[in-house]
Amino acid sequence: MRVEILESPFDPLHEVAKYQESLLTGQFGAMAVFVGTMRDFNEGDTVTSMVLEHYPEMTQQHLLDLAQIVADQHKLTDLLMIHRVGEIHPGEAIVLVAVWSAHRAAAFEACEAMVEDLKSKAPFWKKEQLVEGESRWVEHNTAGPRTTD
Amino acid sequence: MSIRIRFFASLADRVGIRETTVAGDEVKTAKDAWNACVDGMEIPGNARVAINQQYADFTDPVKQGDEVAFFPPVTGG
Repeated sequence: MRVEILESPFDPLHEVAKYQESLLTGQFGAMAVFVGTMRDFNEGDTVTSMVLEHYPEMTQQHLLDLAQIVADQHKLTDLLMIHRVGEIHPGEAIVLVAVWSAHRAAAFEACEAMVEDLKSKAPFWKKEQLVEGESRWVEHNTAGPRTTD
Repeated sequence: MSIRIRFFASLADRVGIRETTVAGDEVKTAKDAWNACVDGMEIPGNARVAINQQYADFTDPVKQGDEVAFFPPVTGG
């Protein structure tokens, strides 16, 4: 299992391929991947970059605990999570979640559970830089696929 | 001993503090910690609190040596 917070850009699919080389062939039958990337628009405005602030001590522990809980609950073979902080530009990956399991149901469910928890509980905050030179905090994330409230 | 108080993101901007410490036995809960360092501002309805890096309630107890953090809803991922 690998959980990492990075201050510089990363190539998510390269990270997945590299990590999978360390796994034993034949030990998993499914892999699910989620990559969140930065858009160049939000709420009708052009966004040129953003800064992701976090609460380092809490973030690290929250993500490690989350990864362990989800891996145990879904009996995952392995899990990789990378989250960016610092200055981010459109097109760059913000978050990568990759999970490996014996069967597809666990892979899909675990990947979604990880993403939904980190988007609603992990202490990260986005501040957008707009083309007009203004900056603003993003006040909330959009609802997830199973959010009913 | 004292209690370390931290603010993050838009809430840090609103209160004008990122980090401070408070001493004194009158700080018994997370809400007391807020009141001890934020002068006259009500706690925003959407504010979250963590005690020693764990989500908590504003009425939860704090003690000397604890770290209390206040922040807005998270927006990572």
